[in-house]
Amino acid sequence: MKKKADILIVDDEQVVIDAVTKICSSLGLSVDASTDAHSGLEKIRSSDYRLVICDVMLPEMDAFQFLKRVTEAHVSVPVILITGYSTAENAVKSLNSGATAYVAKPFTENELLSAIHRAMRLAEILRAETETGRKSGQAKRPPVPMPGTYRLGNISWVVLEPTGTGRIGAAEMFVKSISTLREIELFQDDDEILQGSLCARIQSDDGLSHDVLSPLSGRIIQSNKELLTNLKILEHDPHVQGWLYRIIPSAMEYEVRNLLPYSEGR
Amino acid sequence: MLKRIGFKLIIAVGITAIITIGVYSYFNIRSLRESLLGEVERHATQLSETVKNSTRYDMLLNRREHIHIIINDIGADPGIDEVRVLNKEGEIIYSSREESIGHMVDKRAESCYACHAADRPLEKLSIVERTRIFRIHPDSSRVMGVINPIYTERSCWDAACHAHPQGQTVLGVLDVTISLAEVDRLIQKSAFEVGIFAVSGVLTLSLIIGFFVNRWVNTPVNALLSATKQVGAGNLNYMIPDLGVDDLGMLAKSFNTMTQRLSEARLQLFQSDKMASLGRLAAGVAHEINNPLTGVLSYSTHLLKRAERDPEAQEDLQVIVRETLRSREIVKNLLDFARQSIPKKNPAAINSVVERAVGVVENQLMIRKITLVRNFSRELPTVVIDANQIQQVFINMLVNAADAIDEEGGTITISTSSQKLSPLGMRHIKSASCPNGHSLMFNQFKIAGFPSVRVKAKCDSAEGFIMLDPVYGKNRHHFDLTVEPRKELHMTCPECNTSLVRANDTCPECGALTYAFDVPATGIFVGCSRYGCKWQKWDIVDSEGEKEYVEISIADTGSGITQDDLPRIFEPFFTTKGQRGTGLGLSVIWGIVDNHDGTVSVESEVSKGSVFRVRLPVQHDRRLRLEMP
Repeated sequence: MKKKADILIVDDEQVVIDAVTKICSSLGLSVDASTDAHSGLEKIRSSDYRLVICDVMLPEMDAFQFLKRVTEAHVSVPVILITGYSTAENAVKSLNSGATAYVAKPFTENELLSAIHRAMRLAEILRAETETGRKSGQAKRPPVPMPGTYRLGNISWVVLEPTGTGRIGAAEMFVKSISTLREIELFQDDDEILQGSLCARIQSDDGLSHDVLSPLSGRIIQSNKELLTNLKILEHDPHVQGWLYRIIPSAMEYEVRNLLPYSEGR
Repeated sequence: MLKRIGFKLIIAVGITAIITIGVYSYFNIRSLRESLLGEVERHATQLSETVKNSTRYDMLLNRREHIHIIINDIGADPGIDEVRVLNKEGEIIYSSREESIGHMVDKRAESCYACHAADRPLEKLSIVERTRIFRIHPDSSRVMGVINPIYTERSCWDAACHAHPQGQTVLGVLDVTISLAEVDRLIQKSAFEVGIFAVSGVLTLSLIIGFFVNRWVNTPVNALLSATKQVGAGNLNYMIPDLGVDDLGMLAKSFNTMTQRLSEARLQLFQSDKMASLGRLAAGVAHEINNPLTGVLSYSTHLLKRAERDPEAQEDLQVIVRETLRSREIVKNLLDFARQSIPKKNPAAINSVVERAVGVVENQLMIRKITLVRNFSRELPTVVIDANQIQQVFINMLVNAADAIDEEGGTITISTSSQKLSPLGMRHIKSASCPNGHSLMFNQFKIAGFPSVRVKAKCDSAEGFIMLDPVYGKNRHHFDLTVEPRKELHMTCPECNTSLVRANDTCPECGALTYAFDVPATGIFVGCSRYGCKWQKWDIVDSEGEKEYVEISIADTGSGITQDDLPRIFEPFFTTKGQRGTGLGLSVIWGIVDNHDGTVSVESEVSKGSVFRVRLPVQHDRRLRLEMP
């Protein structure tokens, strides 16, 4: 019998498969590859991968259909989407389709590594939660959301405030999936941020950096300066004390449609 | 030819004329024939009575010689064919024709038939029954015969001769036949004349109709037909010459407007199609390049990590990583360009937007020996704009300014300032409607780039349209009718003719009646109906007071714009750059600035240069205003 691999990479470009294999091998992870989504699905059904890395644009079946089929097959595996068509819209669509992380091509070794680390840790956390839930007889409930809270995948959240402004922050799952937070880089006030694009960068102790993608486009009017001195609040309370920015959304009505209400799924 | 509409019209009119004239002629000839025959019949009956009366006495006295003479005399008249008397047995006793005396007449002959047709001979006959028309020989002319029975009288049987027994009612018959040759000839002649009239009538009518059909239908239809063929063949620039003001003329005019619109739409489509395929191309290229770049970037970063002990290799690898990251940025920008962006308005500092636009073209300007002078005001309020779109406006204007400057070089001066301006001469009407809701906006006629407000006007006997200047207080109206100075005009809606003049409101300056129309969402616009009076009032806009604007002017020392071109430069597809330009630049600029409630204006002098001014309103973010009520 074939040796069981840790990671499945689905991409129609051999050079990308090679690059991912190289990077994963350095972590001591074994890699299996498919060049199309159909054979990828077959492989997922027959063996138990710890992680799937999948290209968005694939022949015949694209990654979004692929993600749907994976969910339908009741296979619980984190999926990282990678794409050469690296627009912010694509990032939003990928994250809201159930991808754990999104990495734009071309990526550096560290960019892919940080996504792999987060995805693996997230899977562990979820597994641990399910086990605790099973032991204690009930699943852990997600925090009750404030009305008007939306999320961009498992990356970030936004609360639409009655004044027309929006408060945004990093999602609990995102923060938890980072090993140890060391530093955060924030944008300045008056800077413009775009939905699905970088809005903050968190450095972790393992030397990797993790990009927070903004849930909405807008202009920053206030940022949580406390984070720069006390990163613990982000770790302990990412939804209230650990908020990142207050922004004036520039295309709220349009962009909110791309987001998920906070209570829906995980 | 047979399928031509003109020919069909002539045929239809010709057939109608033939039927009408034919029916008329038929009844005309029939009534003529009836009246002529009636006249002859009356004459024959009268004659027959005369003969009977004048021979009565001689018959009673049995004076046969006298009777002969009378009958011969009467029968000698050329219009009378024969006068004869038949006895009971059918023997001809007297006749104007000597040779027939003594002949027996068959009871079935024309003269006897009227009475003897039935089994029992009739004794009394009505006038109509006594008359019959027949031919003696098949090839002779027609004759009319009138028979007149001779009844017994008392003296016939008690006279000395007592030739007739008592009890015999009818003694004989007087038969007068009159030739119808003359009557027939008259009828024939008349029928011939009517026929000639009918034929020439139909011909003349067809010719006249043909002439006008050719002039009013064939010529314009041919012009339209050849135009549709031209347009069908792809020549959208074809114009039909003026065909007048009738239906077909209007059709030709709307056809011209249609082809003009079509050709504009085609150009626009061509442009957007070009942009769309450029976008698709960029997206495709970006996607394709990103895969090989993934190989380069991931391997080089992987190696870089592992080259800690080899500073030289590390340095080289850093170059590869740095340059690959640069390529990644370029590809990302290409993708951002390709993707459709939705307008995002945000408060922005105009100077930095201008500066970014300058950054894009600065190198080009330097190469072309153009000096750029910045004249920025440092104390500018922020404006709520889509910074990317406004940046595009400035890039476009800078490129235009550079294009106007020749190889010798020149200067472009960019100035920014803030000003407070009264709505007079600034605000313009974007939509206007009559009391019944019909739009008065007229896109076909623009004043300084803005669609005009069109109303119908009447003054004495003159009637026409007025294109009102949509800019508040500017009064550059265009009149399509001639009006004497100081006359009051009666203005109505061009669609429903509802009066716009207000009966109980007068102009505070000259006392003439005012006109008014709705400006949806922006109140009512009032003006003076007197020609030449410049009074106007727009309450809602006045109440807003002076508005603060940020003005950005771009002045060049280029070739300038001629007075003829100036009014047209904001029209789509108007270009003076020939093949180099699409003519969309300034119209796009206009659209973007208008979308920001701003204005673009231009002043220019040939060979001295042009100044373009963009004014953007300063407004505090509406959403923030909600915060502090």
